[in-house]
Amino acid sequence: MSGAWEPSRADESNNLAVHAVVSRGEFTLDVEFEVLPGEVLAVLGPNGAGKTTLLRVLSGLSPLESGYLRLGGQSLDEPARNVFVPSEQRPVGLVFQNYRLFPNLSVLDNVAFAPRSNGSGRRVSRSVAGQWLDRLGLVELAGRRPHQLSGGQAQRVALARALAADPVLLLLDEPLSALDARTRLEVRGELRRHLADFAGPTLLVTHDPLEAMMMADRLLVIEGGRVVQQGTPAEVARHPSTQYVARLVGLNLYEGTAETPATTVPDATTLASGSAASGSVASGSVALDGGGSLIAAPEEAMAGRVLVSVRPSSVSLHPHRPEAGSPRNVWSGRIKGFELLADRVRVEVVGEPDALVDITPAALAELGLVEGSLVWLSVKATEVEVYPAG
Amino acid sequence: MSLMPDRAGRSYRRARPAQRRTAPAALAAPALLGFAFLLLPLIALLIRAPWSGMTRILSQQAVASALKLSLIAASLATVFSLLLGVPVAWVLARMQFPGRSGLRALVTVPLVLPPVVGGVALLSSLGRNGVLGRYLDQWFGVTLPFTTPAVVIAETFVAMPFLIVSVEGALRSSDQGLEEAARTLGASRLTVFRRVTLPAVGPSILAGSVLCWARAMGEFGATITFAGNFPGTTQTMPSLIYIALETDPDAAIALSLVLLVVAVLVLALLRDRWVRPGNTV
Repeated sequence: MSGAWEPSRADESNNLAVHAVVSRGEFTLDVEFEVLPGEVLAVLGPNGAGKTTLLRVLSGLSPLESGYLRLGGQSLDEPARNVFVPSEQRPVGLVFQNYRLFPNLSVLDNVAFAPRSNGSGRRVSRSVAGQWLDRLGLVELAGRRPHQLSGGQAQRVALARALAADPVLLLLDEPLSALDARTRLEVRGELRRHLADFAGPTLLVTHDPLEAMMMADRLLVIEGGRVVQQGTPAEVARHPSTQYVARLVGLNLYEGTAETPATTVPDATTLASGSAASGSVASGSVALDGGGSLIAAPEEAMAGRVLVSVRPSSVSLHPHRPEAGSPRNVWSGRIKGFELLADRVRVEVVGEPDALVDITPAALAELGLVEGSLVWLSVKATEVEVYPAG
Repeated sequence: MSLMPDRAGRSYRRARPAQRRTAPAALAAPALLGFAFLLLPLIALLIRAPWSGMTRILSQQAVASALKLSLIAASLATVFSLLLGVPVAWVLARMQFPGRSGLRALVTVPLVLPPVVGGVALLSSLGRNGVLGRYLDQWFGVTLPFTTPAVVIAETFVAMPFLIVSVEGALRSSDQGLEEAARTLGASRLTVFRRVTLPAVGPSILAGSVLCWARAMGEFGATITFAGNFPGTTQTMPSLIYIALETDPDAAIALSLVLLVVAVLVLALLRDRWVRPGNTV
């Protein structure tokens, strides 16, 4: 990865350093990353990307095939050196997706489970558990059984139970996915505060981009067992490197080859007509892999393999070919489908290239569009972002 | 386990009481015959029971000692089955090793093996000239066949698979995610077993124990082959009934009634909520 994140070497007392290689039949997970103490890393990826496998490896429920796993300089799993610290001896707390609270124990005894397992007596363990319940505002639930808890309460108890083990590394598996929308909102803010209080590295696995963006300091996107992108939420959102990420953040993303023009005047033959109206703007044309081309107004000259992103809201739809105006990309396509978003309609257009276009419901009605309609699309060169691929 | 009460079936009947259909004759007639076939012998026991001579029969010395031996031996067999069978079930359900499914099949062979064959197998392993029994005799001077411990051994051999099957099934269907959660919280394997696994499969262990005990109470073939039928030392209730049938048929019926009562009590226990398998309340 270009622009790969480099940890500050000064502060790695309790950092997590991972190079995880695990095979499951055809599937191979092979990822490498670090997380600093106090940092929250969100691992984002589609189903089957290897997120759960990664959590199992970190928590010691599954062994690595090769690579290493070090926490604060201590090796937890390193096949080459024949090191494997079993789950119960790792300073790792895991909050499971469906919480996995012990149904036969009260909330208090669930939270006291870890201190008990570490050899503390019943009374001491319960007092430790009581302090955690107090910190997370769960004291009044102490006597309840897990089946008497709401989803949000169970989530908090699961967090308290994991924290009561006094872990160095905290793992959360889709912490909010089992909650209904309203509870999710409430728990998300609260969870964020608790994660900020946690001193060690935190790794949060999710397939929800919003959750990742709001809770994490940094994102690690994995697909098919590989890291495809990492960076701050803002970086990832601005410059997605795969279709998956682009879809998550709601961008059109194209791969292509930048053609550095010999002069600042674009070569009209490679462009859709109307786009070469002015040669005064330094622009670069990108031949897209899926057919078609787009002109951008890059701040610096690009050459070779690039990614091009276009926001759906910056694309305009026209019933007829628009008149030549400012430098813009114009092409035609057919409507494939509509999706109603909160305050606008996302139109899927098939053409060269394909595009998602956001328009207002009023515009949709005015244009009288139906599936299969022929439309013209236009984008200003200044709305086209070009950045190096990979 | 077909012997377990069908929870789903009960709730279905409860949920739709109005749906009562008449059975077609082709099914109703054999079904009636089947009911009669199963119930008539039991009713006959009640009809032919020598109610007036009951106290005389049941107060005999041989009866008292046979009943005592049966109760003690069946209970001991259940205890040994618990001590050995629950770990066996855990290994079969939780460990990964080659030949596991073959081992599981072998362990449950006594379920379908004719008990007499089980007795012969015990003789050839633990008998005076048996594979292992030979050395027990030579080195320790211990001979097992035709002793009271032999009764317990025979009953354990035949009854333990009932417990294993019941517990193993429960272990395999129980939520292993909870065990994983316990491990991430620092619990050793033994603590996980004690604090998470056992509570989860407790009801199934209880149900399996009751089945195991009932099977041991009724054990006849393996016991009489391996332990014999000596009054006072190896004569259990079933063995006594078998002898009595030749000398005193009334006594045989009376004793059979006693075992029938025991069986009904066991069924009542199994149907009761607290030993229903899979019940975690």
